[in-house]
Amino acid sequence: MHGLINRGIQRFVTDSYGQERWTEVTRLAGLDFVEFEAMLIYDDDVTNRLLKAACNVLDRALLDLMEDLGTYLVSHPNVEALRRLLRFGGVNFVEFLHSLDDLPDRARLAVSDLVIPELELHEHCNGRFELICESPIEGCGHVLMGALRVMADDYGTLAYLEHTESRKGFETISITLIEAEFAEGRHFDLGAGAI
Amino acid sequence: MSTTFSITDVLDVFCPMNVIIGGTGHIEHAGPTLRKLRPETQLLGKPFLEIFEIRRPRSIVDVQQLRASAGTKLHLQLRSKPQTELKGVLVPGLGDDQAIINLSFGISIVDGVRDYALTSADFAATDLTIEMLYLVEAKSAAMEASRKLNLRLQGAMIAAEEQAFTDTLTGLKNRRAMDHVLARHIEWDTKFAVMNIDLDWFKAVNDTMGHAAGDHVLQKVARIMVEETRDKDTVARVGGDEFIVLLPGATDHAALTRISQRIIDRLSQPIPFQGEMCRISASIGTAIHLPGSDQTPAELLENADVALYASKHAGRSRQTIYSSDLRDNARNFSEPTGRADAVGEKREGEELAKRA
Repeated sequence: MHGLINRGIQRFVTDSYGQERWTEVTRLAGLDFVEFEAMLIYDDDVTNRLLKAACNVLDRALLDLMEDLGTYLVSHPNVEALRRLLRFGGVNFVEFLHSLDDLPDRARLAVSDLVIPELELHEHCNGRFELICESPIEGCGHVLMGALRVMADDYGTLAYLEHTESRKGFETISITLIEAEFAEGRHFDLGAGAI
Repeated sequence: MSTTFSITDVLDVFCPMNVIIGGTGHIEHAGPTLRKLRPETQLLGKPFLEIFEIRRPRSIVDVQQLRASAGTKLHLQLRSKPQTELKGVLVPGLGDDQAIINLSFGISIVDGVRDYALTSADFAATDLTIEMLYLVEAKSAAMEASRKLNLRLQGAMIAAEEQAFTDTLTGLKNRRAMDHVLARHIEWDTKFAVMNIDLDWFKAVNDTMGHAAGDHVLQKVARIMVEETRDKDTVARVGGDEFIVLLPGATDHAALTRISQRIIDRLSQPIPFQGEMCRISASIGTAIHLPGSDQTPAELLENADVALYASKHAGRSRQTIYSSDLRDNARNFSEPTGRADAVGEKREGEELAKRA
């Protein structure tokens, strides 16, 4: 798994629960180090051990923790760059949803060895969508759910999200748009240069 | 004097990937770059929707719907291979129900330039595509350089850590490494044993046969200890002739006694060095950590020390497993104090043992 992903988990635990708990997590995961390097590749197994250890140390269920991770990734000021990159995807929430199809390619364009879950959006009638997420990491769809909830708010869209299916390596999220322009949403400037 | 350009001439310069469709949705004109993607013969006179599939909005399946989409962003894909994805926008106009659709690559440009051997001449002079391609390449080159540096630094870091935790003479772990491993096991609160092994008569070998002989003996001793323990055990040289072995999961007295005895037996066999025989032996003290015992690493090592003194006191070449009554006996000849004083205390104990 790419260092960026492990580093994301590290920052989530550190910013939400403190450095001490993170150190505990790395110990329980049997790691010899506490700092992940963003641009190194680690064994896939490390990420799984890390998540399991985090659940134990923080006394959280995996799926809840994953959803919080998703929320963190697109809302915490320390990782603002990620939210900005996602906002490049479209001028409204629907366009943003469609841009998710391109997300793995865009990620590879930025960091050639970064493999993120494959995403596939299916559009049904009446503002209903299904997003299929393919990843070897269990609960990946829940990370996505957390992130999508925040992004809907970000665009000022009222949407109902539900994690509907989980089978080996695939997770499905159903999305129902209730009101596209429900609230003002957060401001986004193409040229803010936050990165 | 002026030259008049036809609208298609203008379009071909400004938007080299333009398509003009007629009222029935058939292609009447294709810009020069688009003709690089598909030969003109495959485009002209063909229904636009037969060549291109509209991926989004998904509701567009006929020409009327296509026309109605005027001004909105379209996501298209060529139906034949290579199925390049394109972006586009339609503008009605030019009379006779004609409409102009301007296309561009979007993110597929990186594959596009390769698949169709495109050059800068294939893009409008005002198009930023070439700048983007330049950025992608420059970024990839810079990232690659930094990735290589990362790998080198990581390799150097691993080597440095390895060195910092290794006893260079024997290749065993050193005191730092043992402190680290021991602290880990105490934190995990698993069951394990710690053997404190002290060589007997080693000083004599060093004094009479020289340091080279001493070093040779230490290396041989290290090899024996590694051979007599399991891969998951940690063997460390923590002082001149003092060793600690940490055995995860091993708490059975009989088994620990057997392992200790085997080590003592093998270390007691003479070690040849330059035609002479070095004779040493070893005394061992073992302490066991059980889950929930709330022991600190220092307390555990102190217990192993107490057991070791008992072995020395009993005449060397022996092994003892710690029990609290040893401590009572030990008080008779030396008062155990904290780990901080353990080195001094141990020397005192050794001297007592020598005198004994």
